[in-house]
Amino acid sequence: MAKLNWFYFAAPNTFYPLAGKMIPWFTAAALGLAAIGLYIGFFVAPTDFQQGEGYRIIFVHVPTAWMSMFLYVVMAFWAAIGLAFNTRLSSMMAQAIAPTGALMTFLALWTGSLWGKPMWGAWWVWDARLTSELILLFLYIGFMALQASIDDPRRADRAGAVLAIVGVINVPIIYFSVQWWNTLHQGASVSITRSPSMATTMLWGMLVMALAFWMYSIAVVLVRVRAIILERERNTDWVRDLKARGAAK
Amino acid sequence: MGSVDAFKALVRRDLLLAMRRRADVLTTLIFFVIVVSLFPLGVGPELETLREIAPGVVWVAALLASMLALGRLFSSDYADGTLEQMVLAPQPLGLLVGAKIVAHWLVSGLPLVLIAPVLGIQYDMSWEALGILMLSLAIGTPVLGLIGAVGAALTLGLRGGGVLVSLLVLPLYIPVLIFGAGAVDAAATGTGAGAHLSLLGAFLAVSLFFAPWAAALGLRISLE
Repeated sequence: MAKLNWFYFAAPNTFYPLAGKMIPWFTAAALGLAAIGLYIGFFVAPTDFQQGEGYRIIFVHVPTAWMSMFLYVVMAFWAAIGLAFNTRLSSMMAQAIAPTGALMTFLALWTGSLWGKPMWGAWWVWDARLTSELILLFLYIGFMALQASIDDPRRADRAGAVLAIVGVINVPIIYFSVQWWNTLHQGASVSITRSPSMATTMLWGMLVMALAFWMYSIAVVLVRVRAIILERERNTDWVRDLKARGAAK
Repeated sequence: MGSVDAFKALVRRDLLLAMRRRADVLTTLIFFVIVVSLFPLGVGPELETLREIAPGVVWVAALLASMLALGRLFSSDYADGTLEQMVLAPQPLGLLVGAKIVAHWLVSGLPLVLIAPVLGIQYDMSWEALGILMLSLAIGTPVLGLIGAVGAALTLGLRGGGVLVSLLVLPLYIPVLIFGAGAVDAAATGTGAGAHLSLLGAFLAVSLFFAPWAAALGLRISLE
């Protein structure tokens, strides 16, 4: 029996076509889930008795905030794998995730500020979670700036990996900041152990939207990683073949 | 040469080198004093306001001063090839990096701790708050040096290294700033600085364990 080779797709030349095949599926999933999530968010979920209609921004705010933290961990994971095993593709993945993560962080901050204005009466408050989210944005920017300023891609990957691993310490700080600093930001509304303190339809809308953002992130990261693969492997035979075949078509 | 001897020798060498070029050491200190003195000029001389912002101002100035001092940590050793010899040395590189950080803190961190009460008096801080300010800086500035060493190692020899290192290192400094300034604030308002100082101590323990290793890794990456 042939042993399943887990590392078959770890090579950029085998991953490139696979990623190309996966992109349409994830794009479709992202669009479909976003349509369902937005429908639930706008038409099914009831108006909040305290916060009125303004609360509906959470259907974008909460998923982007989740993704911003999650993507940082994923980025650090791939960067660490790339550092430990010297796999080229892992480091390219880390590099491809960073801009999407930064975008999610920025969106979370922006929508949070839009939400904060009617709720707290201020666009920005120096609350622990907002501040940690801002720090997260700085961490993403630092990671990208470090990689951009190193010309040798191998050194850029490894230096970025060390920085990402050091920065990942920040993600738990974000998560536990609510318990550490008792501030005016409301505590986490979704918890596994407690029954959720929000209406079920709101929760569903949020979860569906989170899945939509997840699918979007995967699709965009795959597109970006394909571009990075082509750029870095431009001198290899398989990319030349690809180009020749593309030209022949 | 044993590891402990190498550690001591490297600390002594770096201190000796720093003493031969005292102006470099003084620059950091003067920068710290100037930044802290600028704030009353910008904010206004009311003692009530100054007393309130003093912990934050002193701590932010300490952050910036330690960040600016990072350029000196590895650059001259990198320029004359000493750093490569350290990487090739039989002693663990993490230990040697640790020695460099210790010497660096004695030269650039300790003076900040010692001058801070004088600046605090300018801001009309109470004696108790001044004590906590010194204590929090004494625990916090080594953390700044340790975290900064990682950034300095990663940006070694890069174009625009100075600005880049601030981008990498300042976000990681924020927890230290929060709890450092928080400790002084808590002391000034009488709620007790114990919890903040304990957390600072925890940061010191964690960074003491990981940072020299991460900085050594960064040096290997930069030098290969």
